[in-house]
Amino acid sequence: MIHLKINGTMREVSVDPATPLLWVLRDTLGLLGTKFGCGIAMCGACTVHVNGTPVRACSTPIAQMNGAEITTIEGLARPDGKLHPLQKAWVALDVPQCGYCQSGQIMSAAALLHHNPKPTDADIDDAMVGNICRCATYIRIRKAIHEAAVELAKGEPA
Amino acid sequence: MNTQVNISRRAILNLSAGAAGGLMLGVFVGATPKAAQAGVSTSAAFKPNAFITIMPDGHITIMSKNPEIGQGIKTSLPMIIAEELDAAWSDVEIVEAPTNEKVYGHQFAGGSLSVFMNWKPLRQVGATARTMLVEAAANEWRVPANECTTANSVVTHTPSGRQLTYAALAGKAAALPVPDAKTVALKNRSDFKLLGTRIGGVDNEKIVTGQPLFGIDKTLPGMLYAAYERCPALGGRVKSANLDQIKKMPGVKDAFVIDGNKKYPTLLRPGVAIVADTTWAAFQAKAALQVEWDETDASKDSWSAIQAQAHDLGQKPRGENVVFATKDKDVDAAFKTAAKTVKAFYHYPFVPHAPLEPQNATAWRRGDKLDIWAPTQIPGTALGMFDSLGIVFYPFFQDELGIAAENVTITPTRSGGGFGRRGWNDFLCEAAAIAARVDAPVKLQWTRADDMRHDQYRAGGFHALEGGLDDKGKLVAFRNHFITFTANGKTPVAGGGMAASEFPAQFVDTAEISQTMLPLRTPCGFWRAPGSNVFAFAIQGFIHEMATAAGRDHLEFLLSIMNDPRAPEPKGPNSLNTARAIAVTKLAAEKAGWGRKMPAGHGLGLAFYFSHAAHIAEVAEVSVDKNNKVRVHKVWVAADVGPIVNRSGAESQVQGSVIDGISTMMNLGLTIEKGRIQESNFDTYNMLRMPHAPEVEVHFIESDNPPSGLGEPALPPIAPAVANAIFAATGQRVRSMPLSLAGMTV
Repeated sequence: MIHLKINGTMREVSVDPATPLLWVLRDTLGLLGTKFGCGIAMCGACTVHVNGTPVRACSTPIAQMNGAEITTIEGLARPDGKLHPLQKAWVALDVPQCGYCQSGQIMSAAALLHHNPKPTDADIDDAMVGNICRCATYIRIRKAIHEAAVELAKGEPA
Repeated sequence: MNTQVNISRRAILNLSAGAAGGLMLGVFVGATPKAAQAGVSTSAAFKPNAFITIMPDGHITIMSKNPEIGQGIKTSLPMIIAEELDAAWSDVEIVEAPTNEKVYGHQFAGGSLSVFMNWKPLRQVGATARTMLVEAAANEWRVPANECTTANSVVTHTPSGRQLTYAALAGKAAALPVPDAKTVALKNRSDFKLLGTRIGGVDNEKIVTGQPLFGIDKTLPGMLYAAYERCPALGGRVKSANLDQIKKMPGVKDAFVIDGNKKYPTLLRPGVAIVADTTWAAFQAKAALQVEWDETDASKDSWSAIQAQAHDLGQKPRGENVVFATKDKDVDAAFKTAAKTVKAFYHYPFVPHAPLEPQNATAWRRGDKLDIWAPTQIPGTALGMFDSLGIVFYPFFQDELGIAAENVTITPTRSGGGFGRRGWNDFLCEAAAIAARVDAPVKLQWTRADDMRHDQYRAGGFHALEGGLDDKGKLVAFRNHFITFTANGKTPVAGGGMAASEFPAQFVDTAEISQTMLPLRTPCGFWRAPGSNVFAFAIQGFIHEMATAAGRDHLEFLLSIMNDPRAPEPKGPNSLNTARAIAVTKLAAEKAGWGRKMPAGHGLGLAFYFSHAAHIAEVAEVSVDKNNKVRVHKVWVAADVGPIVNRSGAESQVQGSVIDGISTMMNLGLTIEKGRIQESNFDTYNMLRMPHAPEVEVHFIESDNPPSGLGEPALPPIAPAVANAIFAATGQRVRSMPLSLAGMTV
């Protein structure tokens, strides 16, 4: 039995300990916002936060997660439903095309802003290089991160 | 530049869609979908046709008819209806229409055709409803209808200032007869309020909060999870497999062999299915599977052998069959008398579509009924089937599974990218074939390796090009020997056929286009701007080479070809129009500052291409450093696709297409040996990422031509624009993709 805290709620799962966190989230817990893209940590579609750090859930065995605090895209907004500044910026700038990679993009960006509330373009390149957008919405992703950073500077907690 | 829609695409339309344009109205109007008939009482609701429902509380529902694959169609097609309806966009809820082509007309995402085909019919859908609402208001006020105007879901009697909301009018409008859609007045373009503005994607909030939308997110009570192992070489059959061992693995419910469909092997390949209680259990069992394949009849394709053969064939200026030859001219003689001859050999590899959501489908057989949920581009034609030979209506469910088409439902989901890949329903057929043997709903999930190794690929190709210049540097002779592939020995593979109209043959005094087709087993399919995405690279690069050999400025040389009096008359708004071509070419050059002095190591490159009814020119500013690192700094795009429907979506499509094109030209290509695709994932198939995405500035010339689609046509010009800029920066000519093979990196 593995105990984890997902989006603020304690969960217990009993699965093959080699199962990647991604498939526990999707198939066992029904949290479908985290996406499967490559299975080898090359595309970033499955990015979640584990104890505040962005990780690729497709390559993270659940056995390593006992006691971990995990945040997925479903848990990024505030409990009252108020969207994270990144989510708001993504909608305001109409970032998504197909949208499939965007939960992973947003989770990578959220980790960046948490540690670096005023990222430069180079900081954004470094933080986001692991996330492929096959539709290539990179121009708007960059702009949305900058815009969310401005919102954060106004006192919006990330 | 094809002056018509790609031949194969046109064949599909003719067969699956009837003649284009205005074709659906008789079907749309008055028909009410079953879905809208069910549910809550809508007695006072106004439902003039299958697309629009106005409730007495003011809630307006507009049906989105075509699959959303990232091209923004779920937002843009309803915008067209809402514009003519004069609905306030904030009152509108968009609902995905069920698959029912008898009610909604053709339902597919392909050929950048959705806006082009639906523009007039959907305007008529909206205008029909508006006309009836105005009539209801005019009856209420006992005034002439022509004294009434509409805006923001309200009818106003202009002389008196009286107003009635659509909500208040819904019940009364519902009682009126529905007019013939062809007779209702459409708005003048100058009166458009919604079209041309920036409207965000209707699913954006769901996307950024991780709500289930995609095929992979489909869940049903008691659902099982499947994986499927196919022979790595197309055509291989299962000889034996360790099924007994697999069935004992944790979570595995069943494992069995599927023989595959012999007539259409790319729709249902032979293989081994594994059904398990989680995706991971199915994947683990698939990894442990040991299959002995009978490869007697399997593909032996070899990319290295193909390249060697094509390079030999490229020595010949003329291929096996001549696609175009200037009437009453001798092309060999024209080259003999030319003052200068330029020769070049261009080539490019096979590439997969690699949408980020790997293929999947969920199927549930209950008795003689079959329900399927899938991220497909062609839900409408899934009840027939087509494969890489072209359009083939094939009663798959009846023949393979004994289930009549009328007992099958196909519900399209949002697709995590399409790019043409989901125009083949092989994943859907596999899911159906597996579900037919399981007493539960089943979600089939492909791995990334499955997706990369069992695609319908963008065909590689080779062009032996020759240009003849006279003593003044004028292009007087042109020849393009295109070496391509055939699967059936008769016609080129999908996206691998060149039309007689391909630019610039018909603009040159003496010209010839010929083709040689090499036999191929590797399946090919439509890849974002099929044909165009590679022809542009070869031809627009070669035009720059000829300009350079003639000692002329590239822009001036290209415009002089476009201005040639031989230019064929446009056959309609979807064919090449030289005035539009010249306008976008000049605009892109002007915005980029063509002719300006460039910093050392920097160059500007230009290209124009016409496809999918779109006239698009692009200029790239590129620098190359000592280590052959290529940096695309900025791209200027000028496009004429008629009036813009959704400005936000349109710009985004252009930017994405440009970056997709750079990604593909710089790094991407497959190697095929013994019929097997060697690459399997994003470690060896390295798509462009955030740090290398350039700025892309987009300018639209919104001509009065009917609007056409933007999912594809901004991609073709970028590869030649970048290649030409590399030449301008370094003097080094790039004639093959990907550039990484020539030691260039991003």
